[in-house]
Parts: sequence; structure tokens; C-alpha cells
Amino acid sequence: MVPISITIQARENNMNTLRLIRFIAWGAIAVISAALLYVLLVPKDEPGTGVAAIGGPFRLMSHDGQVVSSDSLKGKPFALFFGFTFCPDVCPTSMLEIGNDLTALGNAARDFRVFFVTVDPERDDAGALKAYLSSFDQRITGLIPRDEAELQVITRAYRAIYRKVPTPSSYTMDHTSAIYLMDGKGQFFGTLDGQDKPEARQAKLKRLLARG
Amino acid sequence: MRKSVFSAVAAATLFASCCSANAHDFRIGNLKIDHPWARPTPNGAKVGGGFLKITNEGKEVDRLISGSSSASRIFEIHEMKHEGGVMKMRALEHGIEIKPGETIELKPGGLHLMFIDLNAPLKDGESVKGELVFEKAGKVQIDYKIERGAAGSGHGAHQHHHTGPGK
Repeated sequence: MVPISITIQARENNMNTLRLIRFIAWGAIAVISAALLYVLLVPKDEPGTGVAAIGGPFRLMSHDGQVVSSDSLKGKPFALFFGFTFCPDVCPTSMLEIGNDLTALGNAARDFRVFFVTVDPERDDAGALKAYLSSFDQRITGLIPRDEAELQVITRAYRAIYRKVPTPSSYTMDHTSAIYLMDGKGQFFGTLDGQDKPEARQAKLKRLLARG
Repeated sequence: MRKSVFSAVAAATLFASCCSANAHDFRIGNLKIDHPWARPTPNGAKVGGGFLKITNEGKEVDRLISGSSSASRIFEIHEMKHEGGVMKMRALEHGIEIKPGETIELKPGGLHLMFIDLNAPLKDGESVKGELVFEKAGKVQIDYKIERGAAGSGHGAHQHHHTGPGK
């Protein structure tokens, strides 16, 4: 009787050890997979300079059916804003303000262009943007990413953030609110934001226009 | 004659009623609603923002829980926040609490009423009829004046710190 029970006990111990080893092995696999996924999926900042470049190549369709690309803008400073037409406040205010600024700058800003890139291409089609922008300065052009991938290319280039957030009736978009100022070489010059006074904004725009 | 009948009916149904166009404030129970207004909207815009001040002159907490307006199909109560360069808007599903003695200001860049699915663009100089619903005080009819407001200083101009619900 006694030896048999010892044998069973030993076998059970063995099984427990095996189970433990299996458990540890699977655990290790899970940890390694997670680490690999992290390395593969989480975007890294560019190595080297330490200063992340803002801006980059893009090619998007405008609200009036023209292709606008960063190449076609070479030599011309421009401003770029990420918004959406279902935005009740900051988008119309920003567009109104920059329109006023350009008007105040007169002839110097005659050919200056402002791009309103929609972060909500699902609702903002060419017609919607065209109607919307007809209320603002005509130097403002709407740009419509064809899909999520195109939107990601330009938002990543400009380090801009957008996020779809549900509301009781539908959804809204979080979005970077600054207006980016880019010089004629396509390099980042600075930003305009709603906190700036009109004089400060216009002075900044004047410096950008002078640099070209 | 017609006006006085209207006033009598309004007073009877709303307990207290406003009627001075200049002052442009409204009362319901112990709540005072000051200068409801909305910004003109761009062509084709589907949404607009409504703003006002609510003062609770009573001794009990009340809460703005819903409303409606003639401008749009949908009415929601929202809050906007500027965080790390990102503009964020959230619906306040529990509305806005107004403590006794407190004045809450709904204004551009902060708490606001959202008119969603506008029937037509909001035009400068016109006005929009609306209703606000409070948890305790009940319903009140108001008018929003459509005006540009403090031009251009939408965000961050005068901070009002509100420690209300939904956060």
C-alpha cells in the first residue's frame, strides 16, 4: 500500500513540475511577443538631430478638385490648419481671424495661401468644404484626404493630433488647433494660435512673407 | 392687448417671465439666465454654439439637463478644452450643475450649447428661440441673439473656472 501511494505522489509532483514549466514557458512567450509588438508597432522619433522636423511632403485634393502638393508650393510660404466643418468654435474663429490678418496685411499677402485640411473626410466632402469656406477669405483652400491613410501621412508629418470621439448624437473630432506657418522651402516657421493678439499674428505673418 | 395676454400667459406658465428686450435676461424659479447668444455660422455649417450665463439665486443646487432650439434638430450640452495644443470637445451627459450663489458662464472655448444639424445658417442680427430644461426649476423659453460676440478672442480671453459635473 505504502509504496504505491508514494509512487502516485511522485508522479503527481512530476506533473505539477511539468505544468509549472509549461506555464513559465507560455508566460515567457507572451512577454517576448508583447515586447516585439511594441518594438514593431510603436512609432519612434527620428534619430539624429534631436529636433523633430515639422512638415513634410503631401499631395491632397482640394475642395475645388485641384491637386495641391508640397512640391507645387515650393517658393511660396503658406499656412496650414487641421479642422473640420462640424467644429463649432475654434475652426470658424481661426479661419475668420487669419482672413482678417491677411486683409490687414494688404498687398504683401495677396498671394498667400491658407490650407484647411479636414480631419473628418467622412463628413467633409468637397461640396461641404466648398460651401463652408465660401464664408471665409478666398485665399483659404480646403484639402480633403482621400482616406485615413492620406490623413495619417499629413498629420504625422505635421505632428498633429486628431481623434474621433463619440457624442450622444454622432461624433466629434479632437484636433490640433494651431495654424502652422511654413516658409518657401517647406520648413516650419512657427504657429499662430487663438491666444495671440491680432498685432502679434500679423507681425509673425509679415516676417514669414519677408523671408519667403 | 395681444401683448398683455401673451405676457399673462407667459407669466402664468413660467412663474417669472422676462420681457424687456434690452436687458435680455430670463428667469425661472431662482435661476437667472443672462444674455443667451450664438455665433453666426459659416455657410453649410451643420453645427453652431450657444452661450449664456446662469446664476443660481436660490438655496438649492440645480442642474441644466437638456434643451432644444428652433435652430437645429439636435441640442446637446458640451464642454471644450484646450489641452496640449489639442482642442477637445465632450458632451456633458449629466449636464451642468449650478450651485447656490454660483454663476456659470457658457462661452466660446469652454462650456457651450451645441445646436447640431442646423436647419439653416445662423445669421448675424437674427435670433433663435430655445428652451432650457433644469432639473428642479423646470423649463424656460429663451431667445438667443445671433451676434459675433467679442471678436476673435474666442479662447482663453477670460478664464472662468468651473468645478462642475462631468469631470
